[in-house]
Amino acid sequence: MDLFGIPAPLLFGQLLLGLINGAFYALLSLGLAVIFGMLNVINFTHGAQFMMGAFVAWMLLNWLGIGYWGALILAPIIVGITGIILERLMIAKLYKLDHLYGLLLTFGLGLIIEGLFRNEFGSSGLPYRIPAELTGAWDLGFMFMPVYRGWVVVVAFVMCLATWLVIEKTKIGSYLRAATENPALVQAFGINVPRMMTLTYGAGVALAAFAGVLAAPIYSVNPQMGSNLIIIVFAVVVIGGMGSILGSVLTGFGLGVIEGLTKVFYPEASSTVIFVVMAIVLLARPAGLFGRS
Amino acid sequence: MSIVDRRSLLVAGAALGLSPAQAQSQTIRIGVLTDISGPYRDPTGPGSAVCTEQAALEFQGRGLTIEVIRADHQNRPDVGANIARQWYDQGVDAIVDVPTSSVALAVSQIAREKNKVFLNSGAASSDLTGPACSPNTVHFTYDTYMLARSTGGTMARAGGDTWYFVTADYAFGHALQRDVTRFVEQAGGRVLGAARYPFPNTTDFSSFMVQAQASRAKVLGLANAGTDTANCIKQAREFGLTRNMKIAGLLLSMMEVHSLGLDVAQGLVLTEPFYWNLNDRTRAFTARVRSRLPNGWPPAQVQAGCYGATLHYLKTVADMGAAAAKADGAAVVARMKAMPTDDDAFGTGLIRPDGRKIHPTYLWEVKTPAQSRGAWDYFNLLATTPAEEAFRPLAEGGCPLVTRS
Repeated sequence: MDLFGIPAPLLFGQLLLGLINGAFYALLSLGLAVIFGMLNVINFTHGAQFMMGAFVAWMLLNWLGIGYWGALILAPIIVGITGIILERLMIAKLYKLDHLYGLLLTFGLGLIIEGLFRNEFGSSGLPYRIPAELTGAWDLGFMFMPVYRGWVVVVAFVMCLATWLVIEKTKIGSYLRAATENPALVQAFGINVPRMMTLTYGAGVALAAFAGVLAAPIYSVNPQMGSNLIIIVFAVVVIGGMGSILGSVLTGFGLGVIEGLTKVFYPEASSTVIFVVMAIVLLARPAGLFGRS
Repeated sequence: MSIVDRRSLLVAGAALGLSPAQAQSQTIRIGVLTDISGPYRDPTGPGSAVCTEQAALEFQGRGLTIEVIRADHQNRPDVGANIARQWYDQGVDAIVDVPTSSVALAVSQIAREKNKVFLNSGAASSDLTGPACSPNTVHFTYDTYMLARSTGGTMARAGGDTWYFVTADYAFGHALQRDVTRFVEQAGGRVLGAARYPFPNTTDFSSFMVQAQASRAKVLGLANAGTDTANCIKQAREFGLTRNMKIAGLLLSMMEVHSLGLDVAQGLVLTEPFYWNLNDRTRAFTARVRSRLPNGWPPAQVQAGCYGATLHYLKTVADMGAAAAKADGAAVVARMKAMPTDDDAFGTGLIRPDGRKIHPTYLWEVKTPAQSRGAWDYFNLLATTPAEEAFRPLAEGGCPLVTRS
């Protein structure tokens, strides 16, 4: 059976692959959305922090002998701590200023971090293997599905769900949401809002690093791996609605699928299609699909 | 906006007692225009500048004052063309390296317009010595035709008669796919399909891997370079393509092998005219430059090409005098073509009327982890193609310089 001139099994395979890429977009845009929602800062260092996650995983393995599973827990913590330091030393000073200052600072920081890694490790990348437990592939009949990619989708979905639950259903999440609406009032109730903002930034950065560890076995671990993604992820956040968590996650998965289909029908446009969607959404709904204007 | 991150002035003229003004007018300025911040940085980049400086160093004391500068073209033709124009206007005599064919084609045009010299090592498009050839351009290390003939031709003759290409969507990828297709068809094979992906900014190739698999072709032809090639090979293995397809990394180089690791890259076949551990001369060259190369890595083929091209250029300049060389770029290139080349990286060779530098090329197989005896011991030599056969025959390139003469 053919759909649009493409055999249906091939099309299903591509939908599935799009979903997997969407998982990365969702995880990264989730972190961006959490940070923007709370701190009002568009964190352009996010791509570099994603890359740091992958590099820290490599360092843990090659310098300390800690494998993939350890890295999945340790790398986000380590990179998250660097995020906390960054927030305390620099980003916290910009909260009272226009969004643009935060954007410029984090963009510059991203370039500096990328440059430092490039000087130290070169541009061509480092080897990182798929953990032994997740090697191999399933034959789905219509395509050959690597076990590791399946793992990525599942773990990314669980992570997104967990973050959403924490923010929407827990007490700490309610403080967070309240502080987003009216920080002065929440502070008056005796809650340490600056500390909460610091920890939120750390958590957002840790999410990026977590995605970086997930990416290390399948993408080349190189300093520019994050800058390739950050612009797309930023577009995802804009389409989903700035600061909307559910919006970011759904849009991440959705755009992964749209991009995947473009790779079948007209691959030349696969890096442009997301921006076409962004332009259309901005024209029709300036606040994004799930944003509140 | 040019980013000149280091200047090195090698003063040899002072020893001859020239006045500062005389020395200034006779300074040979060489600009290394390369990828310092992108995917091609490791195989070109700062290493290309170091190897160019090495050639200049070896000319110290021969009556030439040589200045080597470098800049980052960010793989963008507009940025590269701007820097080239600015450099040539400010007295740069020769531009060296220029990876990324789209940038190199623009620079070649500007060198011709301003009658300067362009020593290309990093860009691969065979058009630079074909329809777009120029009396001001020399193409050193490799080109898409030579890579296609060696890696592509070998695989086609070894039974790889059906191909699927994953191609970087710009001048280089198109040229490489076109040149390989010719050899595949000559060997009686067929191309079953191709996916052109946007360059740069593509990280995930899984969609193309599945499409390649569905095409049932025997060979996956990677018409790309740098981290893209590494990503493709990694993901081809992940999706099990290697069970029933062979991977042809058409511009696979030592740096990608290093980044993949031998356990992933083992058994792949690739073509390079220079490998640091090829013979005594290449080892001697490596020993001279290695301590100054980024991370202490051995020189890559394109970097060695910058050395060889600059050395031959400086020999020519010394031969005709700096003043004459500065005045007429086309005359320098014509003289470069008249003199045989000889350097430690590529041995002896010559430059043809179309600007193509010819030398023997080597087909390598990546070692298994067990075969490798230490860091950077990566290749077994499979075959050598003599210089006369390695490149596109002079008459077939469609270079106007050839048909006219």
